[in-house]
Order: sequence, then C-alpha cells, then structure tokens
Amino acid sequence: MADSISREPMLEMFIFETLQLLDQLEQSLISSEKESGFESSIDEIFRIMHTIKGSAAMMLFDDISKLAHSIEDLFFYLREEKPGNINSTEITDIVLNGVDFIKNETAKIENGQEPDGDATDFIKEIREYLSNLKNVSNEGTKSNDSDSYQTLEVEKDQKYYISSNKMGSSPKSHKYEAVLKFEDQCGMENIRAFSVIHDLKEIADVNYFYPEDVVEGSGDSEIIQKEGFRIVFSTDLGLDDVKDRLSHTLLLKSLEVYVINEDLEDVIESMKDTKEDEPKEEEQKFAKDIVLNDPLVDSEQSEHSSDRHHLQEKKASSSGENVATSSKQSVISVNIAKLDKLMDLVGEIVISEAMVTQNPDLEGLQLDNFHKAARQLNKLTNELQDVVMSIRMVPLSMTFQKMNRIVRDMGKKLNKSIELEIIGEETEVDKNIIERISDPLIHLIRNAVDHGLEDTQERVAKGKPPEGKITLEAKNAGGDVWIFVKDDGRGLNREKILKKARNVGLIHRPENELTDKEIYSFIFMPGFSTKENVTEFSGRGVGMDIVSKNISMVGGTIFVDSIPDNGTIISIKLPLTLAIINGMSIKVGKSRYTIPTISIKESFKVKNEAIIRDAEGNEMIMVRGEVYPVLRLHKFYKIDTEVNDINDGIIIMVENDSKVICIFADELLGEQQVVVKALPKYISKVKGIGGCTLLGDGSISLIFDIAGLVN
Amino acid sequence: MSEVLENVLEYEEDTQKGKYLTFVIGKEVYGIEIKYVTEIIGIQQITEVPELPQYIKGIINLRGKIIPVLDVRLRFKKEPMEYNDRTCIVVVDIKDISVGLIVDSVAEVVSIPENNIVPPPEANTGFSNHYIKEIGKVGDEVKLLLDCNKLLNDEECENLSNI
Repeated sequence: MADSISREPMLEMFIFETLQLLDQLEQSLISSEKESGFESSIDEIFRIMHTIKGSAAMMLFDDISKLAHSIEDLFFYLREEKPGNINSTEITDIVLNGVDFIKNETAKIENGQEPDGDATDFIKEIREYLSNLKNVSNEGTKSNDSDSYQTLEVEKDQKYYISSNKMGSSPKSHKYEAVLKFEDQCGMENIRAFSVIHDLKEIADVNYFYPEDVVEGSGDSEIIQKEGFRIVFSTDLGLDDVKDRLSHTLLLKSLEVYVINEDLEDVIESMKDTKEDEPKEEEQKFAKDIVLNDPLVDSEQSEHSSDRHHLQEKKASSSGENVATSSKQSVISVNIAKLDKLMDLVGEIVISEAMVTQNPDLEGLQLDNFHKAARQLNKLTNELQDVVMSIRMVPLSMTFQKMNRIVRDMGKKLNKSIELEIIGEETEVDKNIIERISDPLIHLIRNAVDHGLEDTQERVAKGKPPEGKITLEAKNAGGDVWIFVKDDGRGLNREKILKKARNVGLIHRPENELTDKEIYSFIFMPGFSTKENVTEFSGRGVGMDIVSKNISMVGGTIFVDSIPDNGTIISIKLPLTLAIINGMSIKVGKSRYTIPTISIKESFKVKNEAIIRDAEGNEMIMVRGEVYPVLRLHKFYKIDTEVNDINDGIIIMVENDSKVICIFADELLGEQQVVVKALPKYISKVKGIGGCTLLGDGSISLIFDIAGLVN
Repeated sequence: MSEVLENVLEYEEDTQKGKYLTFVIGKEVYGIEIKYVTEIIGIQQITEVPELPQYIKGIINLRGKIIPVLDVRLRFKKEPMEYNDRTCIVVVDIKDISVGLIVDSVAEVVSIPENNIVPPPEANTGFSNHYIKEIGKVGDEVKLLLDCNKLLNDEECENLSNI
C-alpha cells in the first residue's frame, strides 16, 4: 500500500519536483500551441527547463540536464529574439518529445534503475531546429552558414550579452552581493546553495561565497538557514536581470541583492572577517537572537542600507517575489499510510466519544452541563472526521489535463482537428479512485477521437463544424461524482453492435425488446469491438470491457448513450471515496454483516411455499417471472442461528455484473455509512468477504464482497 | 550525539534480551520472547470470521486496528475452555503482522540466562512439541519457549485441521 522503499531524500525530491514541473510544462506548451504563440508562457517554460536542468545536473543525470539545456537554448532564442512566423506546432512537438524523454528517465530513476537513455538525438534535433530558425531570421544580415554547433554556441552566447544588457557596458562591469534565504525546513540548504552557484556561473563570475564549503560541510546548512547564503559575483547583467535569475531558485524565502561599489577585495575581506569572528561571538549572539530576534534583523538591515544602494527598492520587489514562491509551496505531500492512521484514530475518537457520552453509568442522572459539553465534543469530532476525509480528496484537474496531450497527439496523427473542452476539473475525488480511473479515461478519450469523431471532410459533408469537439466533464451529484466523456461524432452504430452481439452470443432476449441503451451497453462486454481495423490507438476489442471492469472495481458504474450523427456520451458514476461506503447492516446469528447498498436491488419477505427446491436441495425463488438462486448465509458460513425458516428471515436481492442472487439473512438492521477497513493480512482471503468495518459501539461488522458471493 | 543514541539502542536491546513473557495454558507454562510482545489486554468481544481454521477465533478491534486472534489452547489441540476474567490476549507483532494470542492467563516476565536454555528433546513425543523452540529452566521450573513464527505460520497443521 504505502511506498515503503525509502529513497534518498534528495532523489525523492528531485523526482517529485521534476515530474510536477514536467506536467506544468506540458500544460503550458499545449495552451500556448493553441494560441499559436509562446509570448504568455515563455517565461514559465523557460523557468521550468532551467530548474530541471539545474537539478538534473546537481543529481548528475547528464542526459536530462543536457537535453533541458538545449530546450532552454531554444526558448531563450525565442524569448530574446522574438522571431516572427515561428511554427509553434513544430516547436511543441520537439519539446514534447524532449519532455517524454525526461519523463521516461525520471520513471527509470523512480524504479531504481539507471537512467541510461541517450538524449543525443533529441539534442541534435533541437539544435538543428534552432540553427534553422536562426538562419531563417538572420538570412538578410548574416550569410555565413554555421553548421558546427561550436560556432552556434558562441554566437548564442554573444547574443545573450547583447540582448540582455543593451546598455553595452564593458564585460563584468557590475558587482553584486546577494543574500539568499531558503524556506524553513526545506532541507539540504547547502546543496541548494551549491546549485545557485552552479547556476550563476553561467552568467557571472562568482568571486566569493559564504559559507565556503557548501558541498561537504553539512554544518553549513545551519548557517545558511540562519543567516542566509551570501554570494559575491560580477556580471554584465543589470540588477533586475540578476534578481530575476536568482528569484527562480526553488524554495526561496527571501532574496536581497546589493550593488557593490567598493572594491571587491574589500568586501570579500570583510565577509571573511565576520566569519572568523563568529565562533567566539556565537553563543552570545544566539542568546540575543532569541530575545531580540526581530529588532536585530531590522537594525542589521538598516545598517546595510546606509552602506549599500538599491536596498529599499530591492526589498519591496523581493517581498513580492516571496508571495509568489510561498503560494507555490502551499501543498505538501504526505504518506498515505499516515493519513490512514489518522483516519483510524479519528474513527476511534468517535467511538470513544459515544462510549463516554452514552455511558450506562450516567443513566438517570441530571447532567445538564455534561450534556452541553458532550454536544460540543460531538460537533467537533464530526467536523474532525469530515476534515480528515477531505484530506484524501484530490481534484480531478491533473487527470483531466493529461487528456489535452492525448487529444493533441492523436488529432495530429489521425489528421483530425479536435477541441477538448474540460468542465468541472476542480471536482474532488478520493485519491485512490483518481489513480484508478486515469487509464479508463484515457481509453475513452482515445475511443472518442479514433472511432467517434469523423474526418474533417466527412464532418463538412454532414454539415457539422469541421473541428470535432470532445467534452470532458465532472460534477458532484449527491454522494456521487459523475464524469462525462462526450463527443459530437458519428455516434454508435446500433445495427453493427446488434449484429456483433448476435454473433458473439450475447443476446438472450427477443431483439425487439432491447432498448437502444441496452444495445449500446453491449460494447462493455468482453471481446466486443465493432471496429474491423485495428489502429494504433484502439480497436483490439479488449478496451471497453476493461474500462467497465476498472470502473466497477472502484465502485462506479458506466453508462453509454448515443444519437446517430450527433455523438456519443459515456457517463461514469463514481463514489466520492472508497474508504466510506453506504452499507446495509444485516444480522445472522450473533454476527453482523454489511452489504454495500450499491449492489442491493431489493429486499423482501417470502413464504416458504414460494421456494423451489431442485433434486440436490438447492433453493431458488421466482420473482416476477425470473428464477434466482437463494443463498442462506447461515448455511454458507455455518453460523448458528435461530432463524432457519425462510418465513422468519428476510431475502435481500443483490446484483453484480448483471448476475443476481438472493441472500437469506435473519434480519435487516438498517442502512449506514461505514468506513471500510481491510481484513488483517494474517487471515487469508475469505470467500465473499471484502473487508470489515467498525460499528458505532466498537464492534466489527464484516463487509460482503458481492462479486465474490455471486460467483 | 549519535553515539549516545546507539548506546541507548544497544541498552534497550540488552534489556529485552533473555527476557520471556510466560503464560499458562492448562498446567504448562510457556514463554515467548518479550521483544515480540506489544501489549497484553483482557479478553474482549471477538467477531467471528467464517471459513477460518478453528483455532483462529476471529478478529478484534484494538483501538481502530483490526487484528486476528488465535486461541493458543486450540492451536495446541487442547480442549477448549470458557473464557474467564483470567483469560488474556497477548498481542504479538511478528514481521509486521499483529496477532492476538488467547492464553489462559499471563504469569510473569522472567529472564532466563542463555546457559539455562536447552533444545527440546529430539524424539517427537509431545503433541505440541512442534511449536517449542527451546526449553528454559528457571529454578526448579521448566518453561516451554515457543517459536512464534511457527505458531503463526505453520501451514501443515492448519491444512490438516481444515479437512
């Protein structure tokens, strides 16, 4: 369940950050492709590539870092030169290929393998593309063909200096001192500092930094944490550019950059001096820190300001930066096992609360204040329970956004122009469910693109808009979440499905009795595909039944409806969470069991005479002309009970995958929401039992796995 | 700092070493290594789970954690006995699996030095010999030291009793 492999924290963070960044990148690429221009997102793309490059280099994943570097080059060119008539689709393709490569590599790293992919081809492709771009735009001015990458590189570098510092001042004319502070508890401050240096070296001469030994000295982390990381460097870039560059550092809490007017040597000397003084003063200073923390910082800063320029302006902009970075960090990832544990505890609190407030010892006592306090406690525990449940809820947006890429790629391959509309992506669903519906959704989208939507010509001929439209919608309705995948394509072919169903032998009823919906639902049966040609994307006939199986595995149901030439709509109904289900509590002997309400069709009492018995003693019951088998729980599980006569107990009809059985139990106790818990591992799988739950009084009720019972 | 921690850990291990929790089943006194034991609780309501071997009595709710309970008496194929207020559940944690062991009563925690522990007799005489790893001597008494792994995971007997 929980990921028990403990990876090196650095690696863990690298993987987490990189994957997150790549997802962001993909989204902004696709959105800017739609706008056929990169103006709005270029800074973000640039920043992401830059970060990936830096962290990959830090982790010594050379291929990733080189590839990221070349993509960065490409976007750098785009940003600085703003060439006209660029083909955004081509660029998006190239970059997406690169993104895929990095994703693959990261996945390898995540699985503990060596990232052994070779990015040379990609890099070559990107460089060639870049050099083409440059040649096209430079045609008039520069005629010298530069096919060697070496010259290209140089050329690029030259452009960099000119374009980013148009003042045209002499090289390395500005000297700066920067103080970087990282977020509290971001961890590995020294490594982060190192990567800043690494970054800076590209654009500046780093003259000095303190603490000096950022790579090996682990104690330095504390200094960086407390006092910030100080760098003295000289560069041609203006103050704003430097600030901009440094502010891209991850997990930055505050950034101060000063222009140094004095001699560099002096500054470095003075920094070294303070460092040497420090050990002696440290203890005193520490004590002072505690008492006078804020005033001290203030006075220090004002000292700086008298010495150095630009401070005021700097502070203002850096605080603006702060807001931006901290909002990005407002999400933390927590191990699911911890959440489960928390949920267990909250469940226990609810039970113990009931044990206290409804304690038999209190009976007959006049306890007004006690009851008042108890009500307050009850309110709080309920709220606590709600909050804990909501922690597990994740918005669908990530899953939905993935579809953009799929629609785009497939549309290009199949030569269809498609618009994907996403509605309600903020709808929240339990994390476990999200993980398991991603694949089915991809499949449905692919189907819609491949089978559903017609070619452009066909659409025009039918009088439809040439651009096909797929709508992916999610919404809350009651205790369920609905997801719709809708296309405006040709719709399902009723006749074809009927024919196929006849051939496969799925029809057990007179055909004229079948409704359209029932016929369409045949596509969810195993081995069913009306598409004669297997394409790259779909049509192997293993798709829809797996989709429907996956959906029902998370307790959902899938429906399909279609209007010829108007499109198809597939609706998926999902429970909000797997952890809580609605269950019907029943009693057999002394034991209590829970049947998921979703699978109950009806419950009723029967007379003994209505039971049909065959030669082997199997019991059946006739309900509205259909015969269903009867399963007596007390016999099936050999439970002692006083209710042996069909007359005394109750029949509950349950359904799974269109198979129906009638369960015979002693009595119904009522419906309630229950928190599903797994059976202990030590107990090997018991037929028909899917888990257990705690009832209000602390006792345990076993939850039936209807699929297991039915089969 | 880390050295101190190491020492503490070592010390802790030391305090557990050679200590056994002893409990009574019928007339015999059995012992299990204390490091496996997480807690001892009184007998409580047990939820029966169908289709399990007889000696697994069912599952209990231990502060929100569902754990199976195993009747050691039945495991040793002894006569079942009514549970009373002396009956205890010893919760053991073996290889991340928590299991409650139902015993007649818990006796004490004793340390048995290594040189007082001998292997069980070779010949397969006793009915529960199977689960006994070693035999410890404390004064004049003899404690049968159980092999927890076998107690929980011995499939052979389980399958036989299932038939």
